[in-house]
Amino acid sequence: MGRSSTVKETQALFQSLRSAYAATPNNLKIIDVFVGFAVLTAIIQVVYMAVVGSFPFNSFLSGVLSCIGTAVLAVCLRIQVNKDNKEFKDVAPERAFADFILCNLVLHLVIMNFMG
Amino acid sequence: MPPQTMSAKTDATIGVNGTAKSTSNQAPPPMALPANLKSDLLNKLSLKSFKLKTKQQELLLRVSILFLVYVLAFITRLFSVLRYESMIHEFDPYFNYRTTLFLTEKGFYEFWNWFDYESWYPLGRIVGGTLYPGLMVTAALIYWGLRFLRFAVHIREVCVLTAPFFASNTTLVAYFFGKEIWDSSAGLVAAALIAICPGYISRSVAGSYDNEGVAIFALLLTFYLFVKAVNTGSLTWSLASAFGYFYMVSAWGGYVFIINLIPLYVLVLLITGRYSVRLYIAYNCMYVLGMLLAMQIRFVGFQHVQSGEHMAAMGVFFLMQVFYFLDWVKYLLSDKRLFETFLRITVTTTVGLAAVALGVGTASGYISPWTGRFYSLLDPTYAKDHIPIIASVSEHQPTAWSSFMFDFHILLFLFPAGLYFCFKRLTDATIFIVMYGLTSMYFAGVMVRLILVATPAVCLISAIAVSATVKNLAQLLRTKSKVTQGGSSKAASGSKASSKALLDQSQPFQRNGAIALLLGVFYLLSKYATHCTWVTSEAYSSPSIVLAARGAHGNKVIFDDYREAYFWLQQNTPTDAKVMSWWDYGYQITAMANRTVIVDNNTWNNTHIATVGRAMSSYEDEAYEIMRELDVGYVLVVFGGVTGYSSDDINKFLWMVRIGGGVFPVIKEPDYLVNGEYRVDKGAAPKMLNCLMYKLCYYRFGELMTEYGKPPGFDRARGVEIGNKDIKLEHLEEAFTTSNWIVRIYKVKPPNNRW
Repeated sequence: MGRSSTVKETQALFQSLRSAYAATPNNLKIIDVFVGFAVLTAIIQVVYMAVVGSFPFNSFLSGVLSCIGTAVLAVCLRIQVNKDNKEFKDVAPERAFADFILCNLVLHLVIMNFMG
Repeated sequence: MPPQTMSAKTDATIGVNGTAKSTSNQAPPPMALPANLKSDLLNKLSLKSFKLKTKQQELLLRVSILFLVYVLAFITRLFSVLRYESMIHEFDPYFNYRTTLFLTEKGFYEFWNWFDYESWYPLGRIVGGTLYPGLMVTAALIYWGLRFLRFAVHIREVCVLTAPFFASNTTLVAYFFGKEIWDSSAGLVAAALIAICPGYISRSVAGSYDNEGVAIFALLLTFYLFVKAVNTGSLTWSLASAFGYFYMVSAWGGYVFIINLIPLYVLVLLITGRYSVRLYIAYNCMYVLGMLLAMQIRFVGFQHVQSGEHMAAMGVFFLMQVFYFLDWVKYLLSDKRLFETFLRITVTTTVGLAAVALGVGTASGYISPWTGRFYSLLDPTYAKDHIPIIASVSEHQPTAWSSFMFDFHILLFLFPAGLYFCFKRLTDATIFIVMYGLTSMYFAGVMVRLILVATPAVCLISAIAVSATVKNLAQLLRTKSKVTQGGSSKAASGSKASSKALLDQSQPFQRNGAIALLLGVFYLLSKYATHCTWVTSEAYSSPSIVLAARGAHGNKVIFDDYREAYFWLQQNTPTDAKVMSWWDYGYQITAMANRTVIVDNNTWNNTHIATVGRAMSSYEDEAYEIMRELDVGYVLVVFGGVTGYSSDDINKFLWMVRIGGGVFPVIKEPDYLVNGEYRVDKGAAPKMLNCLMYKLCYYRFGELMTEYGKPPGFDRARGVEIGNKDIKLEHLEEAFTTSNWIVRIYKVKPPNNRW
C-alpha cells in the first residue's frame, strides 16, 4: 500500500530522470563521464588508504584532492558551457575551457609539490 | 557596474557653473586679442581646455585622488622614523627582522629548514616549521628587487618601510572593493578613510615589522577577489582569490577568520535563497585550490582537514555539492511531485551521513577541537581560568569603549548608517560586507587586537554611508536647474522624483538645507582627519624600545636603555652565554645582543616559561639550582623604579607567579600578596621581599635618591618606599645597570669550591 506506492514513485522517478538525462547534449555527457571517472578514482584511493593505512598523509591527501579538484573544476566547466545557463550566455566556450585548463594547471602543480 | 555616476550630471554641473559652453569639446578661443588674454589663460588652465571628454575628466580625477590617497597612507605612518630613527619597534618585529636577515643571507632553502639553537635553550626551535613565512619572503623579494635595480639598501630599511608600503596597497584594494560593492565614489571614500584610520595605523607604522602589516592587505585582497568571483562567476577570479587566500595563510594566523567567514557567507546566501551557479563556481574553486595551496605552509600542515576550526568550510563544501545536485535534478525533472520525493530522500540521507561523520570524527579525536587561542574568542572567560599565558597578553584583553572611539572616531556612528544603506540595496556583495562588518565587530569587542581586522569593514561600510548621503545631497543641489527647465517627471529613482516634488513646494529651504548638511559632512570628515593624525602622532608612533619623556624644562628626554643593555651584552659576554629573562624580551635579546635565551615571545612551551617564572619567584638558593640546571650565565630584569616606567618586571611579576604556579604547585600566589593586595613596601609579604625578582630589581636601590623630598629607595613607578633596602646577593653579582636603571644585568656566579 504505502510501500508499493513509494516503490512505484521511486520507479517513476528513475524513469523520468533517465529520459530527461538522455536529452542532454553530447558535450555535457562527456564532461559528466569525466566527472564520474574522477570521483571513482577518488573512491578507489580512499578504499586503498583504508586497507593500507594513511602513512604519507600528504601523498594520500594530494591524490584524493587532485581527483576531487578535477571533478569540481569539470563541473564548473559544465556549468559555463551549458547553453541553458542564462548567466553565462556571453562567455565563449573557448574562454571557459581556457579557464578550466589554467585552474587544472595550478591544481596539478600544487599537487606535484605536495606529493612528496 | 559601469561608472555611471558623473556623466549623467555633467550638463547640470555646467549649467550650475554658469558658463556658456554646453559641451567640453570646443577648442579654446584664439589668443589674438590681448584683452582676452586673462580669460584665455583661465580657459587653458581649466580642465575643459585639455579637450577632455567628461569620462576622461572623471578618470583623471579618480586617478589623482587615488594617487594622493596612496601617498598619504604612506607618509602618515612615518612619524617615528622622523622623530627617532629608522629602527624596528616593539618585540615581535625583532624576530621577524632576524629571520628576514637570515633569509637574505643564507637563501630560501636554509631558511625553510632552519633549526634555531639560540632560543629556548636547551630545547631549540624549529623555525622553518613554526613561522608564517609570508612577511619575510615579501620583504626579501622587495630587497632583492631593489638590489637588482642597483639600489644599495640595507635590509633593515626595507623591513621598516614594508608595512607603510602595504598599507598604501590596501587603500587601492579598498577602492576596488568599494567599487565592486557599491560604486566608484564609495570606493574613493573607502580608500581615503582606510588610509588614515587609526585602527589600522596602530599595527602598520613604519618600523612595526609585524605579520599584520601584510596580512590586512592579503585579507582585503582575498575578500575582494572572492566577491568579484561571486559576482562574475568566472574561474579566473576564483583562482585569483585562492592565491590571495594562500598569501593570507602564509602571512598570519588570522586566516582562520577567512576560512570561517566565507563558508558562513555562503551558508547565509543559501538560506536566503540566493543560491546560484556563480556561487557554486566561486566557492568550490576557491576552497579546493585554496586548501591545497594553504597546506604547502608547514606551520599550517594538515589542519584544513583535521582541525575543528576548519570543518565549517568542508561542511559547506559538501552542502554546495548537494545543492548543485538537487538543482540539477530539479532542472531535469519536469514533475514537481517527483522532485519533492527525491528531495526528501536525499536530504534525510545527507543530514544523517554528515551527522554520523562529524560525530565519529570528533568523538574519536581525529578532528581536534577548537584550540585555546580561538576558543577564547567564542568564550572570553575561558583563557583567564585555563590558559594564563593567553590571558596575560595585554593585547588580548576585552576592548573598552574608549578604544573604539579612539580607533574609529566618526566611523563608529557612520557604521550603522552604512548598514542601513546596505540593507536597502541587498546584493550578494552587500550581504558579504554586512556579514564581514558584524562578525568582525563582535570579535573586536572581545579582543583589543582584533580592532585591526574590523577596520577595513568599518571603513567600507562607513564609506557607503558617506558616499550615498553626499550623493543624495548633491542631487538636491543640482536638480534645481532641471526643475527650472520644466523637467518631465520620468526620473529614474524614486528619491529623485520625490525630491523634485519636494523642491516644487519648498524650493529655497531645501537647497539651503542641502548646503548646510554638506558643510556638516565636510566638517565631520575634516575633524576625522585631524583626530587620526593626532592619534597617529601621539599614541601609535612610539617604538617601545626607545622611551621618551618631557624633562623638567619641557625638553625631550630620550631613554635608550634597552639598546644600551643589549649592546653591552653583545660586547661584554662570551658568545655562548645564556641569558635568562622574562619571555617579553627574548626576541630582542637574540636579535640585538645575539645571545642564547631561555624563553622568548613565541611562548610555545608553557612548562619552560613556568620554570623561568618559578626561578624568578623563588628564594635565591632555589632559583640558583634552577639556573644551574639551565646553564644560565646572565639574568636580565627590567626595572622602572627610577624613571617611573610602569611596564617593568615588578608590575608583571604576578603573571610570573601565576604562570609558574600553574605548572609548579609549590609557587602559590597568596604567598606574595597581603590581604589580596600586591605591595612592595614594608608591609609586603616576606616571600615577596626576598624572592629573586625583588632582590634583582631593588639591589642597591635603597641607597638611591630618586625624587626630591622623598626618602632614599622611593620607587617612582609604584609610588612607595621599598620594604627591603638591605639586599645581599649570594649567588649572583651585578654585571651592568643602564644609565637610567631600566635594564639590570646580573652574572650568575659559578658554585663555590668544595671546601
